[in-house]
Amino acid sequence: MEGLPILSLMMLVPLAGAAACLFAGANASRWIALGATLVTFVLGIVLWSNYQIGGPQWQFTEKAELFAGFSWALGIDGIALLLIMLSVFLMPICILASWDSVTKRVGEYMAAFLFMEVLMIGTFAAQDLFLFYVFFEAGLIPMYLIIGVWGGDNRIYASYKFFLYTLLGSVLMLIAMFWMVAEAGTSDIPSLMQYDFPPQAQTWLWLAFFASFAVKVPMWPMHTWLPDAHVQAPTAGSVILAGVLLKLGGYGFIRFSLPMFPEASAQFAWLVFALSMVAVVYTSLVALVQSDMKKLIAYSSVAHMAIVTVGLFAFNVQGLEGAMIIMLSHGLVSAALFLCVGVIYDRLHTREIARYGGLAINMPYYALFFLLFTMASIGLPGTSGFVGEFLALAGIYQTSSLVALVSTTGIILGAAYMLYLYRRVAFGGQTNEDAAAMPDISAREWVMMAPIAAAVLWMGVYPESFLAPMRADIAVLDARLATAAPASDAQLAPGTPRSEAANALTHHGAGHEGMDHSGGNSDSAKEGAH
Amino acid sequence: MDFVPSFALVAPELLLIGAGLVLLLVAAWGGDKAARGIAIAAAAALFGAGFMLVPGLHVGVDGPATLAFGGLIKVDSFALFAKALIYLAAIGALIVAPAFFNSAAAGTERVMRAEYPVLVLFATVGMSIMVSANDFMSLYLGLELNSLSAYVLAAILRKDTRSGEAGLKYFVLGALASGILLYGMSLLYGFTGGTAFTAVRAGLTGEMGTGALFGVIFVLSGLAFKISAVPFHMWTPDVYEGAPTPVTAFFATAPKVAAVALTARVTFEVFGAQVAAWQQIVMFTALASIIFGALGAIGQENLKRLLAYSSINNIGFILLGLAVANADGASAMLVYLFIYVAMSLGSFVALLMLRDEDGALFETFADIRGLSVTRPAIAWALLLFMFSLAGIPPLLGFYSKFVVFQATVEAGLIAFGAIAIAASVIGAFYYIKFVKVMFFDEPAGVVTGKSGAGHWALLGLTALIISPLGYLLTPSLTDLADKAAASLFLAV
Repeated sequence: MEGLPILSLMMLVPLAGAAACLFAGANASRWIALGATLVTFVLGIVLWSNYQIGGPQWQFTEKAELFAGFSWALGIDGIALLLIMLSVFLMPICILASWDSVTKRVGEYMAAFLFMEVLMIGTFAAQDLFLFYVFFEAGLIPMYLIIGVWGGDNRIYASYKFFLYTLLGSVLMLIAMFWMVAEAGTSDIPSLMQYDFPPQAQTWLWLAFFASFAVKVPMWPMHTWLPDAHVQAPTAGSVILAGVLLKLGGYGFIRFSLPMFPEASAQFAWLVFALSMVAVVYTSLVALVQSDMKKLIAYSSVAHMAIVTVGLFAFNVQGLEGAMIIMLSHGLVSAALFLCVGVIYDRLHTREIARYGGLAINMPYYALFFLLFTMASIGLPGTSGFVGEFLALAGIYQTSSLVALVSTTGIILGAAYMLYLYRRVAFGGQTNEDAAAMPDISAREWVMMAPIAAAVLWMGVYPESFLAPMRADIAVLDARLATAAPASDAQLAPGTPRSEAANALTHHGAGHEGMDHSGGNSDSAKEGAH
Repeated sequence: MDFVPSFALVAPELLLIGAGLVLLLVAAWGGDKAARGIAIAAAAALFGAGFMLVPGLHVGVDGPATLAFGGLIKVDSFALFAKALIYLAAIGALIVAPAFFNSAAAGTERVMRAEYPVLVLFATVGMSIMVSANDFMSLYLGLELNSLSAYVLAAILRKDTRSGEAGLKYFVLGALASGILLYGMSLLYGFTGGTAFTAVRAGLTGEMGTGALFGVIFVLSGLAFKISAVPFHMWTPDVYEGAPTPVTAFFATAPKVAAVALTARVTFEVFGAQVAAWQQIVMFTALASIIFGALGAIGQENLKRLLAYSSINNIGFILLGLAVANADGASAMLVYLFIYVAMSLGSFVALLMLRDEDGALFETFADIRGLSVTRPAIAWALLLFMFSLAGIPPLLGFYSKFVVFQATVEAGLIAFGAIAIAASVIGAFYYIKFVKVMFFDEPAGVVTGKSGAGHWALLGLTALIISPLGYLLTPSLTDLADKAAASLFLAV
């Protein structure tokens, strides 16, 4: 693998596909898009299998001084690796989800999605602050078009709102970036992560970055663009929005806010906690009363992402790992739930919950998948949702029992609104004739759902596969945060450590350093798996 | 006095003047039938003149060797950079003209007047003198040569009332601006005892009296008129809307570059010792231009008016670089100017390509509804230009904002930069309206005509420049702009 610029290649393939789609016919562009995303996915697998756990922090690095002012610098650590994997995993599924439902201007649609994939990989892989910004912000263009051209009835309002909200959030971050680069003298992200900015300045920088990431995550009260955008976007648009784009905010916190401004992060942890607690309770209650399926899942996304932010600002290993696992899990589960909505929307062309009912009778396989993803969203043990939420809540409990208490209500409320949704859609009598006549999922829909279901179960049963690549990076981040971590109210007394971590893999000598450091958390991961 | 070195320095201008005079005679005898040939010859002359600039641009020139005619003219890297941009923009304005004037879009005349290319040439000579002026006398000569040609250009459709109105408005307000400028210059002359930039600068060093301050403010106000910065921007939308579209494309690019370059030279070289006196004025003008340019555009239905407000908005960002008052800011400003010329020339070319079967131009949002279905190539190009004007990466318009804001923040004007960048979001609102109308709305059902190869080539070239591939230009562009900016600060 030495010398092959695999990250650039992973961006080049979809870019070439996008260019080809613009000029190809409808059917050809579907196949081109599927082919390009599958090739990228295969490259992603190659990337993962060549990623050395316990190797250097930044791997697959590339650097070329192509531009004035910033450079083409790419490279990934475990955190970025997993998020890239999530993106390339979801993309072929998105293309399949739009196979029949998108009929107008297919070539442009596929091109927009492939371009989006380029930007997502670029955002996670960028190692130059400004290159990151370029990718981060450029996503506005394809997303604006996807919502605006192929969206629902109220798409124009939703697309404007999405565009302007996110743009306003981001531009202030750009100003902060200029200041940071002028102060530190480099735009290299790994160097900036080690640079100690004066605490006074950190406050302002943190707020500027927060403006951007809080909109992206989204945190209450900046979340209002999300339900509009989700409801109006086509199914695949919602999948990519919920699956990956929301993670950009979380990734931003974990890559920029926390390591670059640890003091300010500690100083503002109360703000994040307060907003997250409101979000967990408020948006869960709002989700409970929705009559539109997509809107319900959109609000549930806000609630889940609030637990991510809580976990991130817990300032300990469990919290950070939990937040990452929730992001991955939510990326899979909410994407799958939007696909489930898309499946029945394609048949009946309504998202109104009351128009369905008793689907378990005529669509048993569909009901099975829907049930699995509902349970994963609730956080049932054995699914990915449980692992993430358990870790994140265990992490925050060490820092603040009040925040843990309030955040946990989100799980209860989550069970309430998801089970209520499932009951109304899948159980009960077949009240609507047209809904009762719908055929079960097709082979194409099987191909979309089954891989996500497998991934959800994998992450739920054996999360170690996903924890291992990022363990060392989380440990580094935790060490960076250690000096600034706010006092916790739990007053933990350290016990006698085990001789070796409970889940230590003896044949995996390379990853040992990181594991020793985070032994306690591996315990809980293991418990989660049982 | 030996004039040979002086004439060598102004060789491009001499070429243009010679070409202009010869072509004027050709126009007088050949009539409008020869117009196309004259346009081609004029473009060739501009190209030749532009080619003469290359060696100087490449190595970077400054110092006493660049002074011509006893210090009236100064052909340094800064002047060369501005001239190169001006010539390129003028060539663009010549390429798109014949198709417009020979169609129904030109009203009842339907013929390109032979004077058009000649006037463009003379205006360009005027702009060349403006950007290389080193004395208030040569400054004013260049400015007026440019302005008088521009007034006639605005009114060149003699039977079209809107064109006439545009010409008249431009003339009245332009004359007012020239008067203000002259008054400021006379005050400066009175209080410093000279008209040469070096003499005025020497006179302004140290404590500045009220009279001289008035001179500075009047000169700046006159220049603000020429670059159409708020609060002296009122003429822009009317003139842009009324003038024939190729002329508008010309106004939005070449004279803007010249006026901005002139403003930069006057503020840095003449008022360089009194930064405190003008920096706040420029900061206010920049912010006001960004905000009012954006707000004014929101309600517009006419595309040319909208682009007029967009140019006001862009001038605000360019002035940000000026307000920084150092070499980085000046360099950022020049980079912005280059990208701005590419973006606005491209947008106007796209507008010129939008015509119905008879050749009448589409002028309002209602006309371009659903354009992405009827004319996808133009719609995608316009989409690139609009997102680029809005400063959304990965288009090159982002880079232009990137450099000016970087210069602003590095100079410590953080709050100023933060307000300006937040205001840029207002501007994004109407740029994405363009995209919304073209891509989200149902087609208006109008038939669109064909465009010539020249238009396609120009559209393709500008679109390529502002596409992400344009970033590969940034190292050399920054290098040129740095050299140009450095020569501006050499006098200090």
